[in-house]
Amino acid sequence: MHWHDKLRQVFRDALDLGADAEVDGLAYRAVPAWDSVGHMRLVAALESEFDVMLDTDEVIDLSCFDKACEILSRHLDG
Amino acid sequence: MTDWLRRPDFSQSQAARERWLAPELAALTRHHLTHCPEYGRWVRAMFGPAGDWPRLEDLPWLPVGVFKTHSPISVPETDIVAAVTSSGTGGQPSRVRLDRATADAQVRALAGIMARLTGGARLPLLILDSEAVLAQGSAYSARAAGILGMMRLGRDAVFALDGEMALRTEAVTAFLRRWGEGPMLVFGFTYMVWAHALPALVAAGLRLSAAALLVHGGGWKALADQAVDNATFKRRLAEEIGVRRVHSYYGMAEQVGGICLEGEDGFLHPPPFVDILIRDPLTLAPLPPGRPGLIQIMSLLPRSYPGHSLLTEDMGMIETIDTGVWGGKAFSVLGRLKQAELRGCSDTFAARGPA
Repeated sequence: MHWHDKLRQVFRDALDLGADAEVDGLAYRAVPAWDSVGHMRLVAALESEFDVMLDTDEVIDLSCFDKACEILSRHLDG
Repeated sequence: MTDWLRRPDFSQSQAARERWLAPELAALTRHHLTHCPEYGRWVRAMFGPAGDWPRLEDLPWLPVGVFKTHSPISVPETDIVAAVTSSGTGGQPSRVRLDRATADAQVRALAGIMARLTGGARLPLLILDSEAVLAQGSAYSARAAGILGMMRLGRDAVFALDGEMALRTEAVTAFLRRWGEGPMLVFGFTYMVWAHALPALVAAGLRLSAAALLVHGGGWKALADQAVDNATFKRRLAEEIGVRRVHSYYGMAEQVGGICLEGEDGFLHPPPFVDILIRDPLTLAPLPPGRPGLIQIMSLLPRSYPGHSLLTEDMGMIETIDTGVWGGKAFSVLGRLKQAELRGCSDTFAARGPA
């Protein structure tokens, strides 16, 4: 499975979005589940699933699915 | 987002701060005048026609109590994504409303300020409160907003208390075992730390890492009748649970993110995008260092609501200016102004204020 698909699954699980939910256009605060609390759940899930540790700026910058891909690709390539 | 939020330079002198901050705050005042008709009416009624406001003390301000009865905004209603309410210790709670940009700026501001103490590392976070505080949808209490802000900066957060404010002994023990004597961030509201977490940790025989950093805010109001001062608070934390780095902060629901941290000198320090003035409670004239008066707080963060220059009901005093490693003003909070003393200034506002 490509890591983008794994990331989509992390989003669906962490934000309780349902198995087939569209994730790619998703943005922080655009859906009720992705509120401040959901955000911390998402960060925790992403970190444990990919075994990475984001820095504070990255936690704050992670404001949409595309941004999550960008941040994660830095960690996975590095 | 701009660098002044990401990496605030606390060492800047007062003169350097004001040179930059005064025109920025004047521009922000014009933003609110343009976009918030209520604010425009209040400011014209209290301060006359718009000026240039070259100095900080020239800027118009609102009494903080305005947000108890009104919830003015300077952005379209449809842009509002969240609200923060105060705990309302003085009766009716305050409420301010945030758009995405303001909410984001608050989170970034807190991260930048806290980096002064943490070095920017995401430390394991022990929250001396209950997770139940967060279950409130998009209308957060200032307490929840503080916790959520800290959760962004920390990692592997554990709530130390349950909904009944009893210690979650297993979770806390596991946290302490996992992180041992390493650095950790411990956060809570002053009252919760003192009245619930500290006695519960002592009773359970738990001590925190000697490298722990404890940050607390919310004020001493609820503790006043227990005669707890900052020195007692720190001594007991050190003696009883082994925490030696303890920093309070001065913040409020109307100024989430723009907190003033207690430095190693025991005084509070505004970040460069925040400043304070002390005003005489009767004449409202600005007071020099060493004279107690009402705290006026000014901040570049509030864009979605006109809370960028507020006269609080807190008494405080400027202790020093530019004499420590922090730069700018160092101040103390002396307590809440008594209702009777306050009457004069809220009457002024009621008579000449909201149209």
